Amino acid sequence: MPEITAIIYHKVGLHARPASKFVQTAAKYSSDIEVTHSETTANAKSILSVLTLGANKGAEITIKAEGEDAEQALKALEQLVLDNFGEDE
Amino acid sequence: MKSISGIPASYGIAIGPAFVFDRTEIVIETYSINDPVAEWKRFEEAREKTHQQLDEAYQKTKNDCGEEAAEIFNAQKLMLEDPELINLVKTRVEKDLANIESALYETAESYAQQLEAINDEYISARALDVRDVSSRCLRNLLGTTDSPAAALRTPSIIVAKDLTPSDTVLLNKDFVLGFCTAEGGSTSHTAILARGLGIPAVVGAGTDIENIQNGEDLVIDGDAGVIVINPDPVALKEFSRRQEIFYQLRAEAEAITHQPAVTTDGHQVEVVANIGNVEGVQTALDAGAEGVGLLRSEFLYLERSSLPTEEEQYQKYKTIADAFGDKPVILRTLDVGGDKDIPYIDMPPETNPFLGVRAIRLCLSRPELFKPQLRAALRAGYGNNLKLMFPMVATVDDVLKTREVLEECRDELKKEGYDVAEEMDIGIMIEIPSAAIMADQLSEVVDFFSIGTNDLSQYTLAADRTNAQVAPIASGFQPAVFRLIKGVIDAAHPNGKWVGLCGEMAGELLAIPILLGLGLDEFSMNPPAIPFAKQLIRSISLEHAQRVAQTALNLRSDSEIREYIQKMVPEVNIG
Repeated sequence: MPEITAIIYHKVGLHARPASKFVQTAAKYSSDIEVTHSETTANAKSILSVLTLGANKGAEITIKAEGEDAEQALKALEQLVLDNFGEDE
Repeated sequence: MKSISGIPASYGIAIGPAFVFDRTEIVIETYSINDPVAEWKRFEEAREKTHQQLDEAYQKTKNDCGEEAAEIFNAQKLMLEDPELINLVKTRVEKDLANIESALYETAESYAQQLEAINDEYISARALDVRDVSSRCLRNLLGTTDSPAAALRTPSIIVAKDLTPSDTVLLNKDFVLGFCTAEGGSTSHTAILARGLGIPAVVGAGTDIENIQNGEDLVIDGDAGVIVINPDPVALKEFSRRQEIFYQLRAEAEAITHQPAVTTDGHQVEVVANIGNVEGVQTALDAGAEGVGLLRSEFLYLERSSLPTEEEQYQKYKTIADAFGDKPVILRTLDVGGDKDIPYIDMPPETNPFLGVRAIRLCLSRPELFKPQLRAALRAGYGNNLKLMFPMVATVDDVLKTREVLEECRDELKKEGYDVAEEMDIGIMIEIPSAAIMADQLSEVVDFFSIGTNDLSQYTLAADRTNAQVAPIASGFQPAVFRLIKGVIDAAHPNGKWVGLCGEMAGELLAIPILLGLGLDEFSMNPPAIPFAKQLIRSISLEHAQRVAQTALNLRSDSEIREYIQKMVPEVNIG
């Protein structure tokens, strides 16, 4: 199962708008996608689960995907995190 | 015909049918079902309806308060479509044969509790959203009206126990003729909203108004604080006549509101506006405001889930300050705590929040909260007349500490290459008795004072203004409060500092002659009050006001002062 690791730079962490964008991006792909932060794993398409990870600014997250479009999904999510969720600060 | 007395909270007379705003709690029953497929279909229909409502709420909030505030409804949509949540609900319905209402309620509640338990202000605040969206969906399942506000379709007088900001955001303001509430004082949310909208209101009228039926004919007399139920034809005629005179006087006052407020003997004072958002700018300018005496910065922090960035604040402050050009705009820094809470700012519960870590105390203890606001203000004040004002200052030390942080921000900004306001006037709110008493020393370390009578009265009289039983004691018309105000003005003037007043009192016609006579330099009020206040100031002389103020200060009570002013300055009676 392919996986990537990324660090959240957004100042509110993987919450609020960044979390919404993350989940919306994941939902575009048919693959099963998981996101892990400090040993807790969440369904990347579930906003409620992603929020309960409590991934703050500086948190390291691991994203795994399994399915036909797994590679594309990981690429898109990685890009989203690298782009600071498309928000300037 | 029946009359109920309450607290007059906003001028004018409203005549129209009652709209009873009743927020009923939903009751969730738990039972077994036999047809899970049909039960699931009910859920899908309710979800679709909820989606539509959230889209509408998004659009409306976006138009009223901007995209940032509207964003929360998008997050709620995602929660409603959360695959994990839906799976859990599905299991409860298909395997346990639970009815959909109990399945949804329990699942959402368990997520809400999980989120609440996380030690992070942003996340724990989302518990509210999970509950909000699930209760919206539950209401759709049960067929109960979404919000009482939605049923308001004809011009009506709103009757309620009390109204929260979230209740009122949904009210179609075009259909609101007036407000009457059982609870609250003249500074409650409803009262402030009514004055902002320029419509009559009577608050704190007690449980008697609970007997008012939907659609019953009502008259609200916002001058006298009276609610009349089913007025007889004679009374109705009299109220209609007074309503007409009121609007005529208002039209006259409005016609010359852009002229200055100069007394008959040539003494000019400044009449400025209290505003709470960017939209208030135009209303204030139209009303004849000569600047902004109080820009409440809380608007940037409410209705959202995270702190506003420095950049965002800078943009908003600059827009407002630039709109007034050379005219002063006084930005009050974040004033939360006490009765004003912001979910994503972690404020531990206090036994006495009004005496606790609020306003400047909170800001000084949280540089991460305070500094972005100061930096934004310093940047926004470049090239206009923006001034800064700090709330809840109790001691000279508070000012010195605040100035230190401000200078730190200025140095940082300069190093970073920003244009900053070099000479920004710094003022403080006088709302704690200690500050009023120490005004002579405080006037040496600030450029101006603005008296906040709402808090100054409640702290001086030791009477909580949100407690209906004692709220009347916390009146700004108490001689004790006027004596403090006099002390502040007399201490500031010899040091060359000016004194304004931005409490509700500045716009109260009865108070204006006294304040004028005590030497107040600036009157800051809600825009709808400006034309009336200017008219009144133009109709009296400073000399007369001084004599009246001198006597008023020696009266014994709030009511003696009111009666005396009414007698001595008949111009205060409008309508």
